[in-house]
Amino acid sequence: MQFDSWQAFIQMGGYGIYVWSSFAGTFLCFGLLALESIWRRKKLAKEASKQAARAQRILRARAAKKNRI
Amino acid sequence: MWRWLHPYAKPEATFALTQKLIPWFALPGIILVLVSLVWGLAFAPPDYQQGESYRIIFVHVPSAMWAMGFYVGMAIMGVIALVWQIRTAELAILAIAPVGAVLTFISLFTGAIWGQPMWGTWWVWDARLTAQLILLFLYLGVMALYVAFEDERAGAKAASILAIVGVINIPIIHYSVYWWNTLHQKSTVTRAITRLEAPSIAPEMLWPLLVSILAMLLVSIVLVLMRLNNEILRREIHRPWALAELGITLDSSAKAHNDAEKKNVEKKGGADAV
Repeated sequence: MQFDSWQAFIQMGGYGIYVWSSFAGTFLCFGLLALESIWRRKKLAKEASKQAARAQRILRARAAKKNRI
Repeated sequence: MWRWLHPYAKPEATFALTQKLIPWFALPGIILVLVSLVWGLAFAPPDYQQGESYRIIFVHVPSAMWAMGFYVGMAIMGVIALVWQIRTAELAILAIAPVGAVLTFISLFTGAIWGQPMWGTWWVWDARLTAQLILLFLYLGVMALYVAFEDERAGAKAASILAIVGVINIPIIHYSVYWWNTLHQKSTVTRAITRLEAPSIAPEMLWPLLVSILAMLLVSIVLVLMRLNNEILRREIHRPWALAELGITLDSSAKAHNDAEKKNVEKKGGADAV
């Protein structure tokens, strides 16, 4: 361990703002990328369920038409 | 080897493989990120000139390195997409580009933050920094070109060509610090490979650096695979296996409908052929 206290760890010998902001920025970027992927997958699932519902509706309409005839 | 590789041209085979691979990259990746964080921030010794500020190296160097590495990977996918016309490779370009762009951005961003206390400036227009900025624009260009065409496959082709041409920038970035006078320091680690010189860094700093390089590689691979799977699902969303992956189970009536549709298409195709 290179630091005597939490205080010193946070301050990083006076460079705290630089070191911590670069690490925070990196984590933020990766976090946003991961979140975007998860969000995109959810959107795709929604679209798929919409599609399935549409297929069902078409089927029902066709069945109804057949019955009328 | 080709016989072994060939099934992966089929999107669902790639999807099944990557889905299985993701946890094998994600778990070691997260563990290594934690190890490199604690090691790099708390246990590695301070630099004799730069003090504690040098700890930025543990995000700056890995991101810059993999920004270039992923670019080469994307260009290889471009070659595969152009030569063998494999769709999955086209989708891989679309999956790699945003991750590579973010890596490049991180390297520029952390470099600026490191430059302010050490060089006294956020940015200079010197060879290394400018070449890295061009790398960011190349990534953004590939992404923009990909979606700039009405026909997605035409866009993929154009993006592949740009990706391949842009590879010329990679050696320029690497050797920029040797070819031109620049504020940026010379390479620390890769000189062992490219110049056959010993790494110019103490082992107590080199080891956490190598761990952070590996950690960022694994995490970036996970992000690329997640995006690739999303792209495959998007392209294949009309097919039953993709719907099943997205949590839609086709009941028998819907399946019958699907089969009927298929027959219709086949009939139409037959009629056109005649």
